[in-house]
Amino acid sequence: MLMRRAFLSTLALGVAAAGLVAAGPVSAKVEGDTITLGSAISFTGKYSSNGIHAKNGYNIAVKRINEMGGVKVGGKAYKLKIIYYDDESTPARGAQLAERLIKQDGVKFMLGPYSSGLTKAIAPVTEKHKIPMVESEGAARSLFSQGYKYLFAVLSTSEQYLASAVALAAELNKKAGKKPGDVKVAMAFENDPFSLDVRAGVMEDVKKHGLKLVIDDKLPRDISDMTATLTKVRAVKPDLLVVSGHSKGAATAARQIKELKLNIPMIAMTHCESSKIVNKYGSSVNGYLCPTQWTETLPNKDSTFGTAMDYYKTFQSTYEGYEKSVPYQSAQASAAVMVWKDAFERAQSFDVEKVRDALAATNMSTFYGNIKFSPAGNNIAKPMFLRQIQDGKYNVVTPSNVQWPLKAK
Amino acid sequence: MLSNIDLLMDSPFTNAQLLLDGLLIGALFALSAYGLALVWGVMNVKNLAQGDFVIMGGYIAVVFAQNGIHPIIALPIAAIVMFGFGWLLYITIIKRVIERDLFTSLLATFGIAIVLAQGMNLIFGPDVRVAESGFETLVLFDGNVTVSEAKLAAFLLAALLATGLITFMKKSRMGQAIRATAQDARAAKVMGIDTEKVYAFTFSLNAAICGAAGVLIAMVWVIQPFFGITHSIRSFVIVTAAGFGNLPGVIMAGLGLGAMEQFSGFVLGAEFQQATVVGVLIGVLIWRQVQQSKHRQVVE
Amino acid sequence: MMNKYTLYGITLAVGIFGPLMFPAYITQFTVLWLMVVFSLTWDIMGGQMGYNSLGNILFFGIGMYVCAIVQVGLYYNVGEYTAYSGAVKVNFTPDQYFTGLALGTVAAAIVSSLIAVIFGWIVFGLRGPYFAIGTLGVAIAAGELIGAWDYVGGGGGMSLPLFPGDSDGTAFNYVAMFTLAIATFLFLKWLYASRFSLAINAIRDDEEKAEGMGIQTKRYKTVAWSISAFFLGISGAIFGNMTGFIEPLEVAFPTVTFGIFMVLMALLGGKGTLWGPIIGAVLFHVIKEFTWTVLLGWQWIALGALIVVNVVFFQQGLVGWMQERWPEKFGIEVDTQLGVNENPSETVT
Repeated sequence: MLMRRAFLSTLALGVAAAGLVAAGPVSAKVEGDTITLGSAISFTGKYSSNGIHAKNGYNIAVKRINEMGGVKVGGKAYKLKIIYYDDESTPARGAQLAERLIKQDGVKFMLGPYSSGLTKAIAPVTEKHKIPMVESEGAARSLFSQGYKYLFAVLSTSEQYLASAVALAAELNKKAGKKPGDVKVAMAFENDPFSLDVRAGVMEDVKKHGLKLVIDDKLPRDISDMTATLTKVRAVKPDLLVVSGHSKGAATAARQIKELKLNIPMIAMTHCESSKIVNKYGSSVNGYLCPTQWTETLPNKDSTFGTAMDYYKTFQSTYEGYEKSVPYQSAQASAAVMVWKDAFERAQSFDVEKVRDALAATNMSTFYGNIKFSPAGNNIAKPMFLRQIQDGKYNVVTPSNVQWPLKAK
Repeated sequence: MLSNIDLLMDSPFTNAQLLLDGLLIGALFALSAYGLALVWGVMNVKNLAQGDFVIMGGYIAVVFAQNGIHPIIALPIAAIVMFGFGWLLYITIIKRVIERDLFTSLLATFGIAIVLAQGMNLIFGPDVRVAESGFETLVLFDGNVTVSEAKLAAFLLAALLATGLITFMKKSRMGQAIRATAQDARAAKVMGIDTEKVYAFTFSLNAAICGAAGVLIAMVWVIQPFFGITHSIRSFVIVTAAGFGNLPGVIMAGLGLGAMEQFSGFVLGAEFQQATVVGVLIGVLIWRQVQQSKHRQVVE
Repeated sequence: MMNKYTLYGITLAVGIFGPLMFPAYITQFTVLWLMVVFSLTWDIMGGQMGYNSLGNILFFGIGMYVCAIVQVGLYYNVGEYTAYSGAVKVNFTPDQYFTGLALGTVAAAIVSSLIAVIFGWIVFGLRGPYFAIGTLGVAIAAGELIGAWDYVGGGGGMSLPLFPGDSDGTAFNYVAMFTLAIATFLFLKWLYASRFSLAINAIRDDEEKAEGMGIQTKRYKTVAWSISAFFLGISGAIFGNMTGFIEPLEVAFPTVTFGIFMVLMALLGGKGTLWGPIIGAVLFHVIKEFTWTVLLGWQWIALGALIVVNVVFFQQGLVGWMQERWPEKFGIEVDTQLGVNENPSETVT
């Protein structure tokens, strides 16, 4: 009788231990002829659409590298493999999963998650365990001021996203005879690590060019309505409107700007491509300026994928749903895998410290762009590109082809 | 913030625009709040899944719009589908929750809310969606004030629905049965009213109202599987402020909340829009508490 | 008698040998003890006192942020540390880290308790569902407000100092969390055998009557909530250090995840009992980790279904169910001081 209760409680606690152990696969090491990379990425939650773009990017690179003979170390050819966990777009979960990948699954080489917020959460974990991570979807500049030694990023950092848009606004308005101090800039940013970092960059640029900041709104995470901010925009009549709120920020803004019939001479937004605003809103988004990390018209090429256009076509034929465009999130993910291969082959070893040093010395050119890491770990060899939506197409902006000022539609 | 207040002072048009937007959207809030008030008043069930019912209705409209059918046609269909869904939920889960303590209904409906939100996420994905209605925008006062025709249409439809509901509650037998049960369930039973059926109907009616509101919201705003909790909180705020028997009160509170959100978003910045809703909730709760304690003191 | 010590023995065994035998799973064990603290602290209010709070996570987040501010703020300007432009580069010595952590944890506990006192004044006039909604509202508002506070990085969050030296800190955090869980348990065990618990049970059973009998309900309610806040604040401080990067809406004030889990675990195991919340926490944590790995994609649906099933069909929880099946084994005390107590106020003896 009393035994029964003791027994049940023993059972409960015993199940606890067993369950926790059973809840994870057995340690997987870098063994046999397979190198195992690990990644916690967003399959569900608010970042899942871009998380899946990134995953496809990782997978297509692994597939192509394996097809071409794999990674050659010490005279032997190794195949690449990736273990994925779903971080549900939440930082705490991402950190826990990174720890699981490293401790329970024995992963020694990590790929990054999607979004700066998640990368910021996972970076301390990989740094603590001295496991190198090559990330391709976390652009926040603040990631690189922490002194991390095991973090490497192939993408351009966030403050560069809108720098050229602000510079363009300053230049065009100056040519039209306006004094810099009279050029009004309105901005709306989502309240999350990436967007806030972009905002910091924009503020620095506004100050640098001597422009005037008239609206500085932070959008909530589950933004379904921007009319209060846009009403302010109408009242203030800015010369440049900047919006950054991941895909849903871009979609909501595009829709409501059209709905409110706002007359803004220049509009710059991040995540235009991934939010598919051209598909959804057609001609009303003509003239929007959209920064991008990569475009398929670039002249870069490499031995794995060929030219940027080759990658574009290969990707479209491998995955469904990318007929209109291949997002840069996928391209940079593939680049990250390529960086790993290159590092292994230069280090000619799987010793973590040696590989880490090889990563730090990376200097390669890929279809995605040139990759060279600064001592802090970010890529300093690749610029951001500014494109403008013209007649439903994304064209790289030059002073001669830019459409300005925009009229309300 | 001060500069924003200056902007408000300077331009009556800005005020008008904010007020207009607030009222138009507030009508939709009021609609789903009324459903909550019904369920709470009649069955004492606090439905935390209210917002998710709304989003479900929204997705029905999105699906219709994707297939080329105008979302307004989706309105009655969404209402009917959600009615059936509400009935199903009632007989499986809600029925067992009514007799229990008040916290149970909150938690049970919260569990339902999670399942619904995740289910919609699995089916539709996490991107924001809109039911394109093809409406244009009216421009008034020389371009200083714009009214989206979609919002206007939604407002009119909401008003129509509200009128229909009031008539139904006043005139029809079921409506009278519902009001009787709300007043005193045991007496109603004694009088021969099938309270079970009344409960089921009320819950399903609420689901239908939410579904309709969802169609309208998908037309004028955007929907996403995880936006449900925000709409639920809005409904709770409105019902807590207005009390459940009070339809005119619910309407006023709904419109008021809509306007308040717009103005606070303008003056304080969009990041405080959400906090405003919650702040109003806490304010209302405190105010009620003060009122109740005064009442208690009188009794003592 | 025997089973009490058996339970203690088992818990200690799991607590001490678990991480030694399965070092790769230490973090999972740490989270397990966190869950235990969550459910125990919730139960003070919900199970023992009848005030179902949906916003206890408020103190978790406050503790987290207070500790972080102290840890960084002792040596650097927090505003500069979190700034996006030209953020100051930091380097914490082990001495600085541990001093900051110790002081931070103490500050976390004190500030959380104070906040409980202050907010208690606001929310304790509310009853039943209004209390639940009110506390939920306060927790959400806290998340939103801290998200708008640039000093701590706002929505961009804040990175915490890395654990110094070669160790990665997992063992340290584990010991800290396990100690916290044991401390919470021992404290509550003492508390539930004291007159204090009789008073709060009286409030649960019939607040008006309790007030009529001269019990100063407001005071007891506030003290109870402060106790919850105290332990939750410390747990937040430890968790923040464990995670390394904190952020208002999803890490510090996750109302829809951790906030609700607190309630669920206590319900699952049996609210109003001492061991119920612990067993509930263990069961819940195991089930959750299992479904997250095995049922990926469907885990939240499974969780929602579990909530519904638990609340609708199984509300007394596991221990409550066991109490009903085998009441003799639970040493039900009939309380002669405050009159016959019809709900067995459980003390495991």
